[in-house]
Amino acid sequence: MSDARLSVFKTYKLYVGGKFPRSESGRVYEVSDSKGKWLANAPLSSRKDARDAVVAARKAFGGWSGATAYNRGQILYRIAEMLEGRRDQYVQEVADAEGLSKSKAGVQVDAAIDRWVWYAGWTDKIAQVVGGGNPVAGPFFNLSSPEPTGVVAVLAPQESSFLGLVSVVAPVIATGNTAVVIASEKSPLPALSLGEVLATSDLPGGVVNILSGRTAEIAAPLAAHQDVNAIDLAGADEALAKELEIAAADNLKRVLRPQPVDEWSATPGTERMTAFLETKTVWHPTGSLGASGSSY
Amino acid sequence: MAPAFEYAPAPESRAIVDIAPSYGLFIDGEFADAADGKVFKTVSPSTEEVLSEVAEAGEADVDRAVKAARKAFEKWSALPGSERAKYLFRIARIIQERSRELAVLETLDNGKPIKETRDADLPLVAAHFFYYAGWADKLGHAGFGTNPQPLGVAGQVIPWNFPLLMLAWKIAPALATGNTVVLKPAETTPLSALFFADVCRQAGLPRGVVNIVTGDGRTGAALVAHPDVNKVAFTGSTAVGKEIARAVAGTRKKLTLELGGKGANIVFDDAPIDQAVEGIVNGIFFNQGQVCCAGSRLLVQESIHDELLDSLKRRLSTLRLGDPLDKNTDIGAINSAEQLARITALADQGEAEGAERWSPACELPSSGYWFAPTLFTNVTQAHTVARDEIFGPVLSVLTFRTPDEAVAKANNTQYGLSAGIWTEKGSRILAVANKLRAGVVWSNTFNKFDPTSPFGGYKESGFGREGGRHGLEAYLDV
Amino acid sequence: MYSRYARRYARLVTMPTTAPAPGLADVTASDSTLRRFLHGLPGVDAVGLEARAASLGTRSIKTTAKAYALDLAISMVDLTTLEGADTPGKVRALGAKAVHPDPTDRATPATAAVCVYPDMVAVAKEAVAGSDVKVASVATAFPAGRASLAVKLADVREAVAAGADEVDMVIDRGAFLAGNYMKVYDEIVAVKEACGTSARLKVIFETGELSTYDNIRRASWLGMLAGADFIKTSTGKVAVNATPANTLLMLEAVRDFRAQTGVQVGVKPAGGIRTAKDAIKFLVLVNETAGEDWLDNHWFRFGASSLLNDLLMQRQKLATGRYSGPDYVTVD
Repeated sequence: MSDARLSVFKTYKLYVGGKFPRSESGRVYEVSDSKGKWLANAPLSSRKDARDAVVAARKAFGGWSGATAYNRGQILYRIAEMLEGRRDQYVQEVADAEGLSKSKAGVQVDAAIDRWVWYAGWTDKIAQVVGGGNPVAGPFFNLSSPEPTGVVAVLAPQESSFLGLVSVVAPVIATGNTAVVIASEKSPLPALSLGEVLATSDLPGGVVNILSGRTAEIAAPLAAHQDVNAIDLAGADEALAKELEIAAADNLKRVLRPQPVDEWSATPGTERMTAFLETKTVWHPTGSLGASGSSY
Repeated sequence: MAPAFEYAPAPESRAIVDIAPSYGLFIDGEFADAADGKVFKTVSPSTEEVLSEVAEAGEADVDRAVKAARKAFEKWSALPGSERAKYLFRIARIIQERSRELAVLETLDNGKPIKETRDADLPLVAAHFFYYAGWADKLGHAGFGTNPQPLGVAGQVIPWNFPLLMLAWKIAPALATGNTVVLKPAETTPLSALFFADVCRQAGLPRGVVNIVTGDGRTGAALVAHPDVNKVAFTGSTAVGKEIARAVAGTRKKLTLELGGKGANIVFDDAPIDQAVEGIVNGIFFNQGQVCCAGSRLLVQESIHDELLDSLKRRLSTLRLGDPLDKNTDIGAINSAEQLARITALADQGEAEGAERWSPACELPSSGYWFAPTLFTNVTQAHTVARDEIFGPVLSVLTFRTPDEAVAKANNTQYGLSAGIWTEKGSRILAVANKLRAGVVWSNTFNKFDPTSPFGGYKESGFGREGGRHGLEAYLDV
Repeated sequence: MYSRYARRYARLVTMPTTAPAPGLADVTASDSTLRRFLHGLPGVDAVGLEARAASLGTRSIKTTAKAYALDLAISMVDLTTLEGADTPGKVRALGAKAVHPDPTDRATPATAAVCVYPDMVAVAKEAVAGSDVKVASVATAFPAGRASLAVKLADVREAVAAGADEVDMVIDRGAFLAGNYMKVYDEIVAVKEACGTSARLKVIFETGELSTYDNIRRASWLGMLAGADFIKTSTGKVAVNATPANTLLMLEAVRDFRAQTGVQVGVKPAGGIRTAKDAIKFLVLVNETAGEDWLDNHWFRFGASSLLNDLLMQRQKLATGRYSGPDYVTVD
């Protein structure tokens, strides 16, 4: 038809250090919907992209982990607000990616938005739940508090392209970690689009870095990287998970093994947060106020 | 010239402990020889005297022990928590009753001073069992859900520096949560674990709940690799910890590791100086420095470096090295010839790399494994003695100018177990403690331990926590 | 040959090599310089200090070391009577006991001194005449010290005139706690002057009233700067007197003061030390903190009364192998 408007395609790009670069490899791969129809080309990330993402995540760690828990909560909530406003876009992307009806995709996106809200509320509570004073048998004040592990590599779930992704990323950053995320290999587009929301939610650049491509290729250098502190293997199959866990032992990364997840929409517990928390215990002497006084 | 006030020998009587000429493996409530009949000797590091001959467990023995633990697991995990608690309380009490005997035994087998086994190790061992006994019937209130479940059989491998205390750290939470255990003590210090087996028998602990397999690294590797072990807990070197992490990769075995360290003890110019000196000494010479959380790097503010070093040297000159059984001994023997060789090599390297070495005048006994307390000054971050864990009585002294620099240097290591801060300024303590990447931060004190206080590292010092409510998590399905 | 038992390191370092701090004299130039100096002293962590004292208290002193320590402790006792009911008879008996603490064993060392009120100094001098036992007199309106400087100085002069070899003064704790350090300093200087060259001055802080360890460290330096020959914990008249921790802290102070100035000052814990076992623990503190230069009754004293008999009983036990009893020591 002559009045049909030619649509504008979106160039999907990585999200690294708060910027949207193409893969330094210059390569892309074709992403199709569940029926095999071409949707877009996604960047095929290389080892160097992974390295750059780790650098960005490390650089962001000091500021993000040092931000007040209240501030992190505000920002996570802001992410939910931004997503809510672009709900239709994500419903479409999730429907395409996962072959869902609009209404089912809508349920997924709503759950993902609510998940950000859930973790926004956790930022300033987790320390009270998992930390606390310890009644040591001596004149000492003794306090244990959780601290973020550092830079966490996250292999997002392969099947649940958006709710699964949010469910593994949000708990990592809620507590002050920074993340290098590998999007679902076959359905990376919702993840890549998430970068656009993160970039406009006051989330400091580098806190979340999103890579697309071949999961095994990108994960291998991350698992072996000496400046990555932990790895979430949610998106790895059994063979890959074992291989990555072995590589992760080189600097004793904290490893969250893939766990069977029936339904990402189930209420999460605290495990995905505590998996990437360290406990720091600080001691200080108390002692008496002083010797007692006069008694003439 | 002899000192005016020369302390006469004050040896603790070794008659209180009766060491048998040989010991078997403790499996399913009975002592038994290894299947292949292999044995090894354990010696007293202070004299090189052979104390006993101990069975060396092979794969078949480990398998038998794991099977015994598996068999015992069903009933043990099904016991009401209040009943498990009472067994643990019994164990705690028996340890208190036998603490003199166990302290002397530990000193004989390990080489550490009786002062330490008597005043630190044994009281903490009993306290640890007491603490976790109380958790056994309260697990639903620990923040891990209303009905957390045990994992099954725990394979536990412990080091030689605190043999009985590390056993307590492993066994107490495992049993409280309803797991059964197979524990491998270190090759050079097997005896206190075997005496602990007798404590279990006295307590009437059901057969198979605690199994002790003695042996070297191969025994430990067999235990870690055993397919029917559900939980692996290891305390020891970072290198072995990495091997274990690789060995359990791809399994469902839950893993906790408590590994090496290179703790920084940071002394600011406004520190309570006399107490800081004590803390430095305690930090690196407690247990001959064979402590994973030792304060082996002294970071001292440059403006008080000379003054502090003078005080420290003067203090080191009063340390008493010698017979570990003497109640006045401050510095005992190094645990083994192998460890002594490692300490010696690293100290020599420190000297070769240009650091300035100092020890108080100190006569070392002619037999046994001994190393004089040693300071290295003019050390920089680039020196091996500032980076590698020496695990011996060797302190590296570095300087800093500002709090920022102190924190940067303290964190500049692959380890992250402990750190110390000395300053009278409260806000500085909190600011620095906040920035240190270490699992335990001692401010204006050092090397304090308590069963209620979680212990464990960041980075390559391992993961998981032992002690406190946190220590339960390693043994529950959460 | 290696003996199996613990041995002590040779004493390579007995003093810091720090040069004497120049200008300590300036410290007392004004109220504000004195305050700045005292408040600039390193703080004391109470828990760490007490832990160190307790740890030294676990030293096990046996056989030959115990014999040495008992005799040393006896020789360091300032045998004390400071009662409203003191009489010449009581003081004479005390003097006799000081000279020959154990009538059954003349080899027993004499005590360092007898310590009495100023009006008993003359009697005490007579009682210890011909021996090395010194006579110490409390003065300066002991124990409260709440009198005018003139009264205090008169008190001191009277004691010295009566022949006191040593004067045990109390500081003005009220002034100290009010931050009026210069007043405390000036009083000590004045008393020191009143002691002349014949009497050594012990300065009592009443540590139980100063209450905090930071105060005790400051008072120690204040006393030493003002010319104290000894610093002394307490009067024995308050609830908390000598403790291992406050004595350890004062031993650190005299050690550091000598390192800075070259001047050695003695330490006297007083009150509350009643058993030989405790006394030996204090000697361990001396040995391992200030060092053996202080292991002499010229530099360390115990202010005590009942302690002496326990030391004597332990001494008898060591000599005979039997436990002694109170009927075998004298009750004067």
